[in-house]
Amino acid sequence: MTEPLIKEYGSPGRKGYSLPELDVPEENPGEKLPAGTVRKEAAELPEVSEVDVVRHFTSLSNMNYGVDSGIYPLGSCTMKYNPKINEDVARIPNLAHIHPHQKEKYVQGSLEILYELKQYLAEISGMDEVSLQPASGAHGEYVGLMIIRKYFEKQGEERTKVIVPDSAHGTNPASATMAGFDVVEIESNERGMVDLDSLRAAVDDDVAALMLTNPNTLGIFERDICEIQQIIHDAGGLLYYDGANMNAVMGYARPGDMEFDVIHYNLHKTFSTPHGGGGPGSGPVAVKERLAPYLPAPVLQKEGSQYYWDYDRPDTMGKVHAFHGNYGVMLRAYAYIRTAGGEGLREITENAVLNANYMKHKLKDTYELPFASDSLHEFVLSGSRQKKDGITTANIAKRLLDYEQYAPTIYFPLIVKEAIMVEPTETENLRSLDRFIETMKIISREIEEEPELVENAPHNTVVRKLDEAQAARNPDLRW
Amino acid sequence: MKVPEGLYYTEDHEWLKVENGAGTMGITDFAQEELGDIVFVELPEVGDDFQQHDNFGVIESVKAVSDLYIPVSGEITGINEKLLDQPELVNDEPYQEGWIVKIKLSDEGELDELMDAEDYREFLKEEA
Amino acid sequence: MKYISNTPAEQKQMLQEIGVEEISDLFQAIPDNIKFDRSFNLPEALSELELRELVKEKAAKNLDLSNFDSYLGAGSYDHYIPAIIDHLILRSEFYTAYTPYQAELSQGTLQAMYEYQSMICELTGMGISNASLLDGASALGEAVIMARRHTRNSRVLLPKTLHPAYANVARTYGEPHGLDFVDLPLEGGQLKLKSLENELDEETAAVVVQYPNFFGSLEEMKKIAELLEDYSKALLIVAANPIALGLLTPPGDFGADIVVGEGQPLGNTVNYGGPNLGYMAIKDDRRLLRQLPGRLVGKTEDVEGETGYVMTMQTREQHIRREKATSNICTNQALNALMASIYMATMGKEGLQEVANQCYQKTRYLIARLTELEDVEVVNQDNHFNEFWLKVDRPGTSLEEIEQKMCERDILAGVNLAELTDQEGLLVCVTEKKTRQDLDNYVKSLEVVLND
Ligand SMILES: Cc1ncc(COP(=O)(O)O)c(C=O)c1O
Repeated sequence: MTEPLIKEYGSPGRKGYSLPELDVPEENPGEKLPAGTVRKEAAELPEVSEVDVVRHFTSLSNMNYGVDSGIYPLGSCTMKYNPKINEDVARIPNLAHIHPHQKEKYVQGSLEILYELKQYLAEISGMDEVSLQPASGAHGEYVGLMIIRKYFEKQGEERTKVIVPDSAHGTNPASATMAGFDVVEIESNERGMVDLDSLRAAVDDDVAALMLTNPNTLGIFERDICEIQQIIHDAGGLLYYDGANMNAVMGYARPGDMEFDVIHYNLHKTFSTPHGGGGPGSGPVAVKERLAPYLPAPVLQKEGSQYYWDYDRPDTMGKVHAFHGNYGVMLRAYAYIRTAGGEGLREITENAVLNANYMKHKLKDTYELPFASDSLHEFVLSGSRQKKDGITTANIAKRLLDYEQYAPTIYFPLIVKEAIMVEPTETENLRSLDRFIETMKIISREIEEEPELVENAPHNTVVRKLDEAQAARNPDLRW
Repeated sequence: MKVPEGLYYTEDHEWLKVENGAGTMGITDFAQEELGDIVFVELPEVGDDFQQHDNFGVIESVKAVSDLYIPVSGEITGINEKLLDQPELVNDEPYQEGWIVKIKLSDEGELDELMDAEDYREFLKEEA
Repeated sequence: MKYISNTPAEQKQMLQEIGVEEISDLFQAIPDNIKFDRSFNLPEALSELELRELVKEKAAKNLDLSNFDSYLGAGSYDHYIPAIIDHLILRSEFYTAYTPYQAELSQGTLQAMYEYQSMICELTGMGISNASLLDGASALGEAVIMARRHTRNSRVLLPKTLHPAYANVARTYGEPHGLDFVDLPLEGGQLKLKSLENELDEETAAVVVQYPNFFGSLEEMKKIAELLEDYSKALLIVAANPIALGLLTPPGDFGADIVVGEGQPLGNTVNYGGPNLGYMAIKDDRRLLRQLPGRLVGKTEDVEGETGYVMTMQTREQHIRREKATSNICTNQALNALMASIYMATMGKEGLQEVANQCYQKTRYLIARLTELEDVEVVNQDNHFNEFWLKVDRPGTSLEEIEQKMCERDILAGVNLAELTDQEGLLVCVTEKKTRQDLDNYVKSLEVVLND
């Protein structure tokens, strides 16, 4: 069952739009505009009716799966339920229909919300000042590292290296490169944590920062965080916190109290904003006081009862977005924090951790658990046992789809062979957790009894296993 | 896993065949298996000079990237242009049609550092 | 509301299974000395009803665009948005999905992205488009570092006719990569060609041209492209308004190597500047393709020969290539790209032309009427798409006063250029939403304000 391309619905002259009649005199644009700038032929866009468009995209949506469809245990992505009231809030006309060049005095309500959001994010993380400008987690990482770069530049120190554990998300080393640093990768120890000796060996006067995710991508809290921060700070470096996993610690620990200097949040993870098939997100950056001068300009400030954008930031790292970032996402995160309240955020974390531990406990006999250390909101299994029977983690993931559940993150973190990274989030309940657990067990049995069934999965999806090699060898990227 | 006799092997899972001071290299059956479906090979240019262990190209599968290292110092005298359109040859025939470059060896002494088939089989066992 | 559905009894049951007494036992790995030992200093939880009231109260402190006749543009454009867009994107299978890691259960997102890529290519006249970047300005940032990698050159020529925020973002992105940015001055609302000619050299990595430029004018695209022909390495990066391409020659026809821009005008609301989407398209060149940042969707087949779509060429990306990736981007603006897709499909071949034409004609009309007024000048009166540079030179009346007085007549007259550039005047934007009556009212109001 495949859906034709939208252009295949087309017929010359068919229309799906209506516009008022042009009510001013019409001139030939070619008369006045520089030679050659008027298009000779119309762009070959589809010629379809509104009904065609609606049917087409409805049909496409039926070939998709979201959090509203069922469990979405994609590790590291915090695919929690996206509350509907937040959508309503973000669509309140006088919040939504404002222009980025409107004067501050006309958008005080929005600025008030953003300012309060900043304060909440500072409190939740234990940091001092916040920029809402970055539009994604990776964007936040880039901003955070550029702040560090500026800071050292200002101190007259030339520090060229950023240390990244081998368990880190790919955006960490990629962001370090984007910010002009050399990446030094350090190994994790057998407990799945930063190896202190490797860290000490890697630290020198050239190190600008260590990027750490805590709990890390194995879901394991870096117990040695106090020693780690000591080692880095003693060497004059700074500590960067990847806040992708804030859902594991809210109300239990704050990066600021762990002596981190810079952090980024992912509002689209921790604070429930919908992922939209890949985005948008929002990646606010929070820093300690001494790094505040380097935040991207402008910074939202308050004087008396008035909110304003402060552009007078001589030491700023620059700017990464044409306007103020993903405002609409911020409104949703604001609504989420207000409905949860401080105590609620703590309960959210507790339940995320409880759900993950329950699942881990139930699955650890069926699938190998490579790191036994306590884990928080997510855990990483390995399909290596099943691999011995010739079935890969990718096969297992595909088989899950047959049971109408989304697959966990696979093959990440890279330090686990055949990794299966599960993050159920707090919004799943016992019933859906049990269903997933049961399915994983069924698949394990199938691997023993009927391996071809798993190897050739998926069977029940709109398309069967797709040929990725062909797609990459002969890229067909457009009609 | 095929490990043909008569070839030299490296710890980066590359093979080298030497005949009259002329080398041909590729990646081993084990390496292609680990990488999975090869989708792209970035080749050097004929005439490029490399020192032993230099990175001279890249080989990519759908989900992995691997740097290619020159097993012995020398000048590139040929590249397997077929791989540009048919990278899958590396999967299908790693020791024949899937060769990657030809090298004019500048120091045959370096061959002493490489493994023979038996050593390489042993090495694979240890790796596992 | 916390959206937790396990009851205390169920929680207890789960704890028992795990073998611990209390939830807090699960947090033992956190050392005591850093444990957060107080409550958050945050407001109390609100019910849905209370939240609604609270936010409405705050929202009431805004005066949104519905209170004005707005002529604000400068990178964010208030076009007509067909009703179906919001209805379709709210289908939760799109809305609440993430990056299509499991292709077989994400064909909807994937096919929509493939169609998006195709339509962006059609519009820009380019060979390849990615599946979106974070916004127009960061897309330009990515483009300049891509040019750096591709050419290994370090000079980037940035005309003063480029949106200042884009120039700022490009500099921010380029600085750590050793890029030298050279300003090209402007002349009568266009970049000064002579200076481009003088500055172009063998070390040039890229020339950036905004199309139409920040002041609303079209640059001499043909001549620029000709000048570049003598420098085989230098890339032509065009930052184009996609709506304008309904009327204007696509940058691909001028030989652009990379086209970027803000996709917001395609069916996305102004929404205080975000979320919207950056788009990036390149010419059909395998080597350039390998330098492209962002996700790409490709068409392929399943084991039974059925057509399907997958993310492809992922070895460019951070999750595989890590520090050697072409960019750090992970989360992009997929939903906004979907909105752009639905927009392009709905407006279609004819609709996009008509929108662009109406924008142009209405802008023309307003310029013609305004230039009848005394002391009013339009710098680019014959060379514009839907924005123009208005200068008012009435002794004793400042532009700020004019802005303010227009505002009192419920007109947002334009963006004051002094706030963003070292130029004076208003940048006025007209979209197809304006009626002749609106435009006449603008002129009349300005006349009254000037004679006040
Ligand atoms: C641990 C970690 N860090 C960083 C990121 C990057 O965040 P984003 O996708 O918002 O750019 C992710 C996202 O998947 C992540 O899981």
